[in-house]
Amino acid sequence: MLKLEHIRKAFRSGRDIVLALAGIDLALDRGDFITVIGSNGAGKTTLLNIIAGTVLPTVGRVIVKDRDVTTLPAYRRAQWIGRITQDPLAGTAPMMTIAENLALASKRAHRSLRLAITRRTRREMVEQMLSLGMDLEHRLDDPVSLLSGGERQALTVTMATLARPEIMLLDEHTAALDPANATKVSLLTQEFVERMGVTTIMVTHNMEHALALGNRLLMMNKGEVVYDFSEEEKKSLRVIDLVDLFSKQHIVDDELLLETS
Amino acid sequence: MALILIHATEQGLLYGIAALGVFITYRILNFPDLTVDGSFVTGAAIASSLLVTYGFDPFLVLLIAFAAGALAGVVTGLLNTRLGITDLLAGVLSMIMLYSINLRIMGRPNISLLRTDTVIRIVKRGFQPLGNVSVLVFVAIVTLAVMLILVLFFKTEVGLVLRATGDNERMVIAQGVNTKRMKVAGLALSNGLVALSGALVAQYSGFADVGMGVGTIVTGLAAVIIGGSLVHSREVVWMATSILIGSLLYRTAVMFALRYGYVIGFQASDLKLVTSLIVIIALFIPAFRERMAKRVKTC
Repeated sequence: MLKLEHIRKAFRSGRDIVLALAGIDLALDRGDFITVIGSNGAGKTTLLNIIAGTVLPTVGRVIVKDRDVTTLPAYRRAQWIGRITQDPLAGTAPMMTIAENLALASKRAHRSLRLAITRRTRREMVEQMLSLGMDLEHRLDDPVSLLSGGERQALTVTMATLARPEIMLLDEHTAALDPANATKVSLLTQEFVERMGVTTIMVTHNMEHALALGNRLLMMNKGEVVYDFSEEEKKSLRVIDLVDLFSKQHIVDDELLLETS
Repeated sequence: MALILIHATEQGLLYGIAALGVFITYRILNFPDLTVDGSFVTGAAIASSLLVTYGFDPFLVLLIAFAAGALAGVVTGLLNTRLGITDLLAGVLSMIMLYSINLRIMGRPNISLLRTDTVIRIVKRGFQPLGNVSVLVFVAIVTLAVMLILVLFFKTEVGLVLRATGDNERMVIAQGVNTKRMKVAGLALSNGLVALSGALVAQYSGFADVGMGVGTIVTGLAAVIIGGSLVHSREVVWMATSILIGSLLYRTAVMFALRYGYVIGFQASDLKLVTSLIVIIALFIPAFRERMAKRVKTC
C-alpha cells in the first residue's frame, strides 16, 4: 500500500545541514495501523510531511499503491491520503459554515458547477453530526470559527471519513485537546480507521495509546527508526518498557516523562 | 435633486460590479489585487475601440471586455503562483503593463462614444415611455443579474472551493485541490467583472480614458468597507448586497460632494484623496475598537 525507500531529508539551518531523516525504509500493507513514538526532533512529522507530499525528500522514493509518487504534488496525493494534525485550526475553513466544510470534504474529484449543498446532502450532514453526539446538528449554518477546539477536531475527523482516504496520517491529533475531547476524538478516529480498514500511521506522545492501538509500533530517534515492534512483540510491552528503551537511547523528553509520570 | 439621486444610483450600480470584483479578491481570496486599476480601463478601452473602430454590437463588447479583464487576472495569477511574485507586486506589474496595453488598444488616450450606438442609447430608444427611469431599470437589472450569478456561483462546488482557498489554503490542498489554479480562476473572475464594469461605465458616460481606472481598488474597497459596516453577515448573498449598497452610498456621497462641496472649498480633484482617507479611517476602526476594548479590560 505504502512504501518508503531509503528516505533521507536534509534541512539547511544557517550554515549547518541538519539531517531530519537519516534513511528510512518502511512498508505498510493495506489495513496496517502503525503507531510512532519518539522525542521532539526525531523526524516523525517530517516523515508524515514526506508521505503527504508537503515536503520532498532529499533522497529516496515514496511509493503508494505500486506507483512512485515521490514528486507528485500534495494536492494530487490527497486522493489517497488524508491527514489530521495537532492544530484544530488546520483542518477546517473557519469563515465557512459546518455544512460548507462538510460539503467541501465529501466531494473530492471532479468538482463542478452543481450546487454544493442540497436538501439531500443536508439530511446526511445532520446524520453525521448526530453521530458525533456534540449537538452540532443544530449548528450546521454556524461558521466553524465559533466551534471549540474539540468540536473542530471532531469535525475534521468526520471530514476525513467523508473523503474515504486509503491512507490516514494522524499527527498527535488529540494533543491540543482537553482529556474528555481527546478521548472522544481518539475513539472516533479509531472507529473510522477500523471500520474502513484504512492504512494508518499515528504519531503520538501518549505511550498507552501507542501500545493499545495498531498492529505495529515504531520508535524513532534522530531521524532513524530505532525500534520496530510487531503485533506480537507489542502485546507483551508495557509503558515502563518503552521508558526504559527511551533512556537506553539517551532520549530526554520532558513531554514523554510528563505523559508517563 | 431627484435627477442627482437617479444618476448616483445608476453609477453606484455600474461601479458596484467593479466593487464585487474587488470583493472577490480582497475578501474572499485574501489577495489584495491592484490589477483592477488597469483592467477597469481595459474593459472600457476594448469596448469603445470595438464600438468606434469596428462597429461591434454594444452588448457583445461587454462580453469581450469581460474576457479581456479575465485574461489580465490570469496574468496576475500566474505571476503570483508560478513565478512566486508577491500578490501586491504581481498586481502592480500587471497594472503597469496594462497601462501600455490599454493605450495600444485605444490608439490614443481618449475615445469619445458620442457618435456611437451604446447599450444605454439602445435602452433609451427601446423603452421610451419609461423616460428617465429606463436606464436606471436596465442598469439595476444588469447589476442584480451579475450579483445573482455570482452568489449562485459561490454556492456551487467550485465556488465553495474558491472561498475555502482564501480561508484556509492548506486545508484545501489536503482536499485534493490545486489551489494555485483556484487563485488564478478567482483573479480572472474578479478582473473580468471589473472590466465589465469599465465597459459599462464607458458606454454610460460616453467616453473611455486611459486614466479612468486610477483608484478603482480604493473605490472598490470603499464600497466593500462601507457595505460591510452596515450589514454584518457571513452569508455571501448579504455580503454581495451590502457591497452594492456601499457602492450606492459612496456614489451618492461623491455626487453631493461634487455638487455642493464647493461650499467648503472641495474640488473634483480632491475626490481620490478624500476617498482614500475614508478607506484609511474605515480600515483603522476595527483596530481602534480592539485597542479600546483591551484598555477597558486592563482597567
